[in-house]
Amino acid sequence: MIPEFGQFALILALGLAFIQAVVPLLGAFRQREDWMALARPAATGQFVFVSVAFLVLCHAFLNDDFSVLYVATNSNSALPTPYKIAAVWGAHEGSLLLWILILSAWTLAVTVGSRSLPEDFAARVLGVLGIVSVGMLLFTLLTSNPFDRLFPAATDGNDLNPLLQDPALVIHPPILYAGYVGLAVPFAFAIAALLAGSLSPAWARWTRPWTVASWMFLTVGIALGSWWAYYELGWGGWWFWDPVENASFMPWLMGTALIHSLAVTERRGIFKSWTLLLAIAAFSLSLLGTFLVRSGILVSVHAFASDPARGLFILLLLSVISGGALVLYAVRARHLTVEGGFRLLSRESFLLMNNILLVVATAAVLFGTLYPLFLDALGQGKISVGPPYFNMVFLIPMLPLVAVIGVGMHTTWVRMSGESLIRRLMIPAGVALVLGVSLPWLAFGQASVLTIIGVTAGLWVVGSSLLEPIRRVIRRGSAPMALTRGQLGMFLAHLGVGIFVLGATVTSSYNVETDSSASPGDRWEVDGYEFVFRDVRQVQGPNYEATEGEFEVRRNGRLMTVLTPQKRVYRVQASPMTEAAIDVGWTRDLFVALGDPLGDGAWSLRVQIKPLIRFIWLGALIMALGGLLAISDPRYRAQRVRVDGRVGSQQAETI
Amino acid sequence: MTARRQRMILIGLVATGVTVSAALALRAFQENLLFFFSPTQVAAGEAPEDGVFRLGGMVLEDSIERELGSLTLSFVVTDYAHSVPVNYTGVLPDLFGESQGVVARGSLDGRGGFVAEEILAKHDENYMSPEVADALARAEGAAAP
Repeated sequence: MIPEFGQFALILALGLAFIQAVVPLLGAFRQREDWMALARPAATGQFVFVSVAFLVLCHAFLNDDFSVLYVATNSNSALPTPYKIAAVWGAHEGSLLLWILILSAWTLAVTVGSRSLPEDFAARVLGVLGIVSVGMLLFTLLTSNPFDRLFPAATDGNDLNPLLQDPALVIHPPILYAGYVGLAVPFAFAIAALLAGSLSPAWARWTRPWTVASWMFLTVGIALGSWWAYYELGWGGWWFWDPVENASFMPWLMGTALIHSLAVTERRGIFKSWTLLLAIAAFSLSLLGTFLVRSGILVSVHAFASDPARGLFILLLLSVISGGALVLYAVRARHLTVEGGFRLLSRESFLLMNNILLVVATAAVLFGTLYPLFLDALGQGKISVGPPYFNMVFLIPMLPLVAVIGVGMHTTWVRMSGESLIRRLMIPAGVALVLGVSLPWLAFGQASVLTIIGVTAGLWVVGSSLLEPIRRVIRRGSAPMALTRGQLGMFLAHLGVGIFVLGATVTSSYNVETDSSASPGDRWEVDGYEFVFRDVRQVQGPNYEATEGEFEVRRNGRLMTVLTPQKRVYRVQASPMTEAAIDVGWTRDLFVALGDPLGDGAWSLRVQIKPLIRFIWLGALIMALGGLLAISDPRYRAQRVRVDGRVGSQQAETI
Repeated sequence: MTARRQRMILIGLVATGVTVSAALALRAFQENLLFFFSPTQVAAGEAPEDGVFRLGGMVLEDSIERELGSLTLSFVVTDYAHSVPVNYTGVLPDLFGESQGVVARGSLDGRGGFVAEEILAKHDENYMSPEVADALARAEGAAAP
């Protein structure tokens, strides 16, 4: 009986979403305050009912209710409890419900955070979020109901895909979705501005924290996914340009462009229509990502469903939401007024370059991701686009971007003198160049041109990000508090970019990877580390049996660590899983994965030394922290709204 | 410099940058396209003689052979209409096995065999790559009439 309550709650939520989508928008159109006032209670109620539905599904998982089809296909009574929770969003239906739950949570946050906004504006924003919600709820109820019953009930479940039984995978989807779906908020803000036909100067300031918040989640979510792929899936790779990775990466790139474009719109009142277009594009790419992942047209671990009705529905949803937004944009955006211009050497120029380069990168990734799908749909053969393509088309715009980041941070609005910029940046640029050339040689004894460029670029961004905070501390003898939190956040996020670039460059350049065959008792050397294969034994897990190898790693005769990689066989699905063993370090990871028995007691092994790989995720984490610092800036909360809804926005800019 | 001239320079730089990168990107794209062929297509000579492509099908039962203790093994990929023998040296993905779908990236060895550089992992035992499923269906369809 309980699962039916879940479905009923979802239907009620759909009804409320429908009210939230229609009434406030009409109210804003006809300036009826009472209609507009319906937006908040409808959104709150929707959140409550979606939460009920979600909790009901959790309840079904925790109580092993195998009369629910979704539970029976994705859980098992022997599954450890945290993974039962993870299984809630471990497959198509549940992950859609999570999508909707997160959308309604963001909507709830908007109802709270929009109290200081003009009533008609808030009503439009909530109305647009309601439209998205109606679409996704219909999608779930019509094509992917997680509460469908199985009759007769199964005696036990089919278990969660062993690949997904992992701590990082418990939190990866909710965080990633929080980012993905959060982009609906700036999208709604953009549509609300287009519907109103005007973009108030404060619009960008209202939109910025929401954009940065969702970007933050997206950053952490993608980093978690990459980390998981590294130790669980990829035999040591950290990014594969898999279409599903691209599906989450493209909204990130667009979101990043949007954050920077919003800065210009907020401070200078220009780039308005461009910012709106980016907001639309970012969320459209989120929806496209959902389509790619959920329609089953992709070959991937994430592609659960292959029901064509689902793909068709979400394609329809994509075209209605994005298509509608673009039509509205085409009709309304040209009425937006632009104030003021800027010189070639100014912060605006650098942010424009950032935007162009990020959009070019997104377009290149989009092309490589979609082209094989189009070709296949047209019956022109099955192709795939290899990682070298993505590496190249991504590096072409990213290298100049990394170079301009370091300069852009130190520019001022409208105009500035080139001399002062050169005087300020000469030293960090020189230091980065000298260290960028020498460090790879000193540490690894050889370096390619691309490695030197990458290390120099990374050091350049790191140095340039630290320059201003350090200068303030030294010159004034005071804490870097003279910088606003927004500025500190900006420096911190860019520091993260620099650290990421360093990690990615060094790992890709100096990764040592060997496939070998070894038997217990063998000892051999990889890159200065001595590996001793001690033993192989059988181990019992809660829901799997494993063969575990034991390896000693020594350096200069000293024991560094003992690694125990496993080859697991999960009982229910009887599928084998490689569980690599990793010795984590700041400067390098040691990675051992146990392959197959080769006969005669020998095993195939993959041993890898991955220098600085932690910097990749550390950099992403620092970027996200920078975002967090930036949205904590008090100026986003001090919003003075006059009765007529106009907001004073002029603020002096320092730096 | 006038504001107009500055703007023209900016636009010029951007246009040049976009053109150059688009040209480079298209070249990279051309070079990194990987086509997929089934054993039937390989038998019909549709696959490139010397060039990397992806071969997909099922691993034929009892076809996996390995020298004791060696990383090198051979097996036969089939769509049950035609077959291609494959050689591979390296660590295998978890779900590689007889009567399982497989996709191998590599090239023909000129003697009717295929040398794989990489065996692509499947992610779950029920899951079959749509490409492989499609190849099997077409081979079956061709055999029926």
